[in-house]
Amino acid sequence: MTYSKKLLHYFYHPKNIGKLKDADGIGEVGNVNCGDVMKIYIKVQKAISGKNKEKEIIKDIKTETMGCAAAIATSSMITELAKGKTLEDAEKLDYYSIADALEGMPPGKLHCSVLATEALKKAIENYRKKKNPKRI
Amino acid sequence: MKRIYLDNAATTQVAPEVLKAMGPYFSESYGNASSLHKEGTEAYDSLERARKIVANMIKANPNETIFTSGGSESDNLAIKGVAFNCGSGHIITSQIEHPAVLSTCNYLEKKGFNVTYLPVDKDGFVNPEDIRRVVRRDTILVTIMHANNEIGTIQPIDEIGKICKEKNILFHTDAVQSFGKIEIDVNKININLLSASSHKINGPKGIGCLFVRGAKLEPLVHGGPQEFETRAGTENVAGIVGFAKACEIAKINDKKMEKLRDKLINKLVKIKGCSLNGGRKNRLPNNVNVSFKNIEGEALLLKLDAVGIAASTGSACSTRSLKPSHVLTALGLTAEEAHGSLRLSLGRYTTEREIDYTVKEIKKAVGYLRELSPYKKI
Repeated sequence: MTYSKKLLHYFYHPKNIGKLKDADGIGEVGNVNCGDVMKIYIKVQKAISGKNKEKEIIKDIKTETMGCAAAIATSSMITELAKGKTLEDAEKLDYYSIADALEGMPPGKLHCSVLATEALKKAIENYRKKKNPKRI
Repeated sequence: MKRIYLDNAATTQVAPEVLKAMGPYFSESYGNASSLHKEGTEAYDSLERARKIVANMIKANPNETIFTSGGSESDNLAIKGVAFNCGSGHIITSQIEHPAVLSTCNYLEKKGFNVTYLPVDKDGFVNPEDIRRVVRRDTILVTIMHANNEIGTIQPIDEIGKICKEKNILFHTDAVQSFGKIEIDVNKININLLSASSHKINGPKGIGCLFVRGAKLEPLVHGGPQEFETRAGTENVAGIVGFAKACEIAKINDKKMEKLRDKLINKLVKIKGCSLNGGRKNRLPNNVNVSFKNIEGEALLLKLDAVGIAASTGSACSTRSLKPSHVLTALGLTAEEAHGSLRLSLGRYTTEREIDYTVKEIKKAVGYLRELSPYKKI
């Protein structure tokens, strides 16, 4: 099993690490028993210009991850991919777009990228529930 | 940057003396030991000289020592060799054996043999009395490793040997990790079969041996009459000569290494959320295995690799199967604890400075990884 250079780069130099104190939504997946825990914090804002004007976009995003190199790299990559996207587009991020962005992942590690997409979806869901508690 | 190699339980550097001893057997004395001409007899003489040296490591006779391709083949030959010779029966082993033993036993189960996998206590030791408890009238073999490859625990093979003798059952021990590191005397301990490997003691890869006393084995490799008609194939003379040289220079019961091991253990267990896996007593002089709370072992391994330190982990994430180490779970560790494990195995060339640097870098890496995670406090 070998990791791509890009994945290792994201493991050794992860982006957007930490908490967002005034997060609008938080998503957490995994558990210590399975070895990986990912937490994603998002800050949502309406775009004031550009093609997404008036649409809700992910203004800021951070992650805290406990796990293997693939878990740390995928959670870091998803924060980069999601930043600036509308909530609808961010939700559409799937595991292979993350794997692609990391220039491939060992097959046994693809579940890490699935976890990352689930953490982001949960954070968006959490934001929507907070904003409109009656919805759903 | 000079690398710090602390994965000597996986394999070791070939010692310069060993490499030098092997050289002529590739370029000058390249004969086939079965040939009658000068080149052949030279090879034969070297082979038999080497056999004496290797056999003497465990005080065995040369004609009880069969050269193989390594530890896995020796384990296979011992276990399948006995099983196929008997045709059917019951085998006793432990839950913490090397895959070369465990998978062979699993395979034999599929072929109709019965296998009992004995548990170990929380420190990683088999209770010899358990053998008495599970032994059956059709038990043909007990196979319990001498020292464990992950946690370094040295099993009570003298007591196990006694019970096997009393019950008239063959006893095989996988001594791949202990051979050349701790004293073994097959005249003091009742052992019928013992596996050893060259590359764990600064010898070349691809060569090992199986000690055989009072056991009939069905060969696995058929062909010529080499190795007492038990293992066909032209002998790997260069490898065998290298193995013998490695035996000659091996340090048995190395006190200096033990001291370094204890220093490393003592410093690591002081790190928050760090615990030792496997007992402190009856442990190989070169083995350290610890678990860090809220750390994933593979991430720690890669962080250490980046600062020049080679280590190993029992974390599920580091394997293709995504299952945590069967040894650590047999000790009763939770999946979480097994995930956070790190094995550091010292070698012939490990220095105190390397140990100090390693402790410093482990502290840094553990702190960094905890900082990345949602669990910053232990």
